[in-house]
Amino acid sequence: MFVMSDSSMSKRLRILVAKPGLDGHDRGAKVVAASLRDRGFEVIYTGLHRTPIQIVDAAEQEDVDVIGLSILSGSHMELLPRVRRLLVERGLDHVLLVAGGIIPVADAVVLETDGYAKIFGPGTATGAIADYLEAQFAS
Amino acid sequence: MTLPPRAEPTVAELLEGFAERRVGALARAISWVEDGEEFAGELLDSLYEQTGNAWRTGLTGPPGAGKSTLSDVLVRYWAEKGSQAALIAVDPSSPFTGGALLGDRVRMDQALADAGVYVRSMANRGSLGGMSLATGAAADLCDAFGFPEIILETVGVGQAEVDIMAAVDVAVVVLTPQSGDGIQAMKAGLMEVGDLFVVNKADCAGADRLKHEIESILDLRQTPGPMPEVVTCSAKLGDGIQDVAIAIERRRKVMTESGFLETRRNTRALARIRRLLEGGLRAEIWSHAQMEGKAKAALADGARPDAIAAQLLNEVLKKVNVCDE
Repeated sequence: MFVMSDSSMSKRLRILVAKPGLDGHDRGAKVVAASLRDRGFEVIYTGLHRTPIQIVDAAEQEDVDVIGLSILSGSHMELLPRVRRLLVERGLDHVLLVAGGIIPVADAVVLETDGYAKIFGPGTATGAIADYLEAQFAS
Repeated sequence: MTLPPRAEPTVAELLEGFAERRVGALARAISWVEDGEEFAGELLDSLYEQTGNAWRTGLTGPPGAGKSTLSDVLVRYWAEKGSQAALIAVDPSSPFTGGALLGDRVRMDQALADAGVYVRSMANRGSLGGMSLATGAAADLCDAFGFPEIILETVGVGQAEVDIMAAVDVAVVVLTPQSGDGIQAMKAGLMEVGDLFVVNKADCAGADRLKHEIESILDLRQTPGPMPEVVTCSAKLGDGIQDVAIAIERRRKVMTESGFLETRRNTRALARIRRLLEGGLRAEIWSHAQMEGKAKAALADGARPDAIAAQLLNEVLKKVNVCDE
């Protein structure tokens, strides 16, 4: 059903969905990107194989509200803290950081005490990420 | 964890950021114009005098013609000549949810991003014509920031989305040998707005034939201004890119010398006013919360759709007093 409304000049939440490092599987990232689009987000997808610097550059240029990192390679404890550190260095610590993928619970706990708002593991319902983000920005 | 609130900078802070060429300031300024932020007008006022120095090139054409690939190689070409470029890439918003998936960065050569090129993905936010209402102002901001080259890449367009011409100095229409039969249908619209025609994917069969077809259509063209060139290239293989860039530069020279550039820039300002007026009116219409309810109620009463629209429009116009002196 076509919505009778106008959104041409009102704030939309912008999220950068990024794939850090060398893993080559982005099915999950694409599913999440599409589901967020369907919930009304403006989603910028980076494509595969991005370095932490490239991700932070993109986030800065696109002025996003959220960065969502998808990582399946096992190098999350290496790459994710780097993204966080670079964001802080650039003065972009207002950007909400979330991540998902194959991240063991013990690591997720560490990341969640160090700048990551939420880690979404395997089995997360597609809509749960949008629900979470909407709740964070509802005010 | 709790997030520190996103602190909005002041106009003065953003202007300072522009003076120091901080990318974050440009990025936030563009968000301001996109979101219709309260002080966006004041910011644009302050920067207006610093605009007018950049060349604006538009890339438009059907989906899949290679606009993103071509803009990448053009950005690289200019970067190698010492002219840093800003690229504004527009993708469609969903008319149902307002959401958008902006994928231009996927195809982008990372080396470019690393070289200090500014890339901004914009959703068209329901605006027709291949751009969003804020695209023109976003280009002004990149201009004031000091980028000598600005590329506007439109939504993949069909035949009639010609707003790009009114936003740039040189509008490049990108086609492929596969666009063949469609060209006939494009005699109006897209074929009239182009300042330069690029037949991309020239490594595929039929490129030369398409080039000749376009040229024969252009022969009959009534649009004012110097006659456009048609060039072929393969952006993916890198063949003929130099020819495209040189043709753009040649076009600029011809337009400048003939005085057509000034005409174009004046037309551009007027077209932008028109677009913003229309967009503003549209927003005004939907700012009245009961609009949809009224329409549905009138329909349920058996009224004719056209009559309902006319009635509702009348109500809006009375409220905004456009008829008063």
